[in-house]
Amino acid sequence: MIDFLRNILGKEAPRSKNIAKERLQLVLVHDRANISPHLLEDLKEDLIRVITNYMEIDENALEVQLNNDDQSVALVANIPVIKMKRDYQDLRA
Amino acid sequence: MGEVIVITSGKGGVGKTTTTANIGTGLAAQGKKVVLIDTDIGLRNLDVVMGLENRIVYDLVDVTQGNCRLKQALIKDKRFEGLFLLPAAQTKDKNAVSADDMKKLCEELREEFDYIIVDCPAGIEQGFKNAIAGADRAIVVTTPEVSAVRDADRIIGLLEANNLKRPKLVINRLRADMVKRGDMMNIDDMIDILAIELLGVVPEDEQIVISTNKGEPAVLDMNSQAGQAYRNITKRVMNQEVPLLNLDYETGIVKKLKRLLGLKG
Ligand SMILES: Nc1ncnc2c1ncn2[C@@H]1O[C@H](COP(=O)(O)OP(=O)(O)OP(=O)(O)O)[C@@H](O)[C@H]1O
Ligand SMILES: [Mg+2]
Repeated sequence: MIDFLRNILGKEAPRSKNIAKERLQLVLVHDRANISPHLLEDLKEDLIRVITNYMEIDENALEVQLNNDDQSVALVANIPVIKMKRDYQDLRA
Repeated sequence: MGEVIVITSGKGGVGKTTTTANIGTGLAAQGKKVVLIDTDIGLRNLDVVMGLENRIVYDLVDVTQGNCRLKQALIKDKRFEGLFLLPAAQTKDKNAVSADDMKKLCEELREEFDYIIVDCPAGIEQGFKNAIAGADRAIVVTTPEVSAVRDADRIIGLLEANNLKRPKLVINRLRADMVKRGDMMNIDDMIDILAIELLGVVPEDEQIVISTNKGEPAVLDMNSQAGQAYRNITKRVMNQEVPLLNLDYETGIVKKLKRLLGLKG
């Protein structure tokens, strides 16, 4: 969009180093996710710790994965809830 | 007790061997006892860059296989008393050296030398694993290109996974004119992406080609900009604070750099 406006306004196109930087940043998200098989396991454990403060979940059925496509990387989690915690008190209330 | 420093990159041809020769020679010129190890078995090059190719009798594989004593394989430099090269084997099996061999070798050399500089082959195969096996610290060389920076990132991850924490970055072949017009990533861009500490920046310089032709590392050439960059890098390897070369960027970048290096404005 910004590029589009720039073109309309007759400003120069983005310099190639900016394109290089953007492409690198995206490709490294993929690369870094690929080379650390322990990352998802660690992330899972952390997620469980945080979520069980609020609700009871089925830890064994919990699924976390990184979905890659050409344009983006998404963290997708499927977390079956068994029940909400009754004793949760909203401390901010 | 000496220190073992490995020079890595991931992508080939970005300047590992050039950097090894220049840092090693630079350290020797500062009066240090230095040995350079070429671990690029089958593609040995450090000998020609150092101008020592005619003196080779034994090599790294001869040492690890016990065909000769370590002392016999060390080639004395032409210029400096305290500088030696342990050349790679050119014809032997690439897998003739193991990570354990390298560890032992580095331990032995540590007793005699102030610095052991290990030139790593390209890639992340056995040769890479061998080269880093005995190292205390690592230097990662990259050029300001997408593919080289990407591979550098991969290497940094592998180094850290192998307990070589906080490797330092050498950016090689930077062209100030291209950076200025926005057609080459600048130093900040690369530091930002790789999130590691900068050891130094070497400009693209035809003196590197000329010095390689002659087998005389550019660090000894007082008229070469790359040589000056390598003299500064050498001092930083010795933990001295040296401001970055002014390669004529916008002043903002230079200021930030100095801050990065812990130097004032
Ligand atoms: N700053 C520079 N300016 C100009 N040329 C350079 C510079 N640095 C390196 N070169 C040239 O680039 C080529 C590759 O350098 P070098 O052999 O040091 O890379 P390498 O990373 O060791 O390669 P390999 O992965 O094959 O071992 C050489 O021809 C060298 O002269
Ligand atoms: Mg090389």
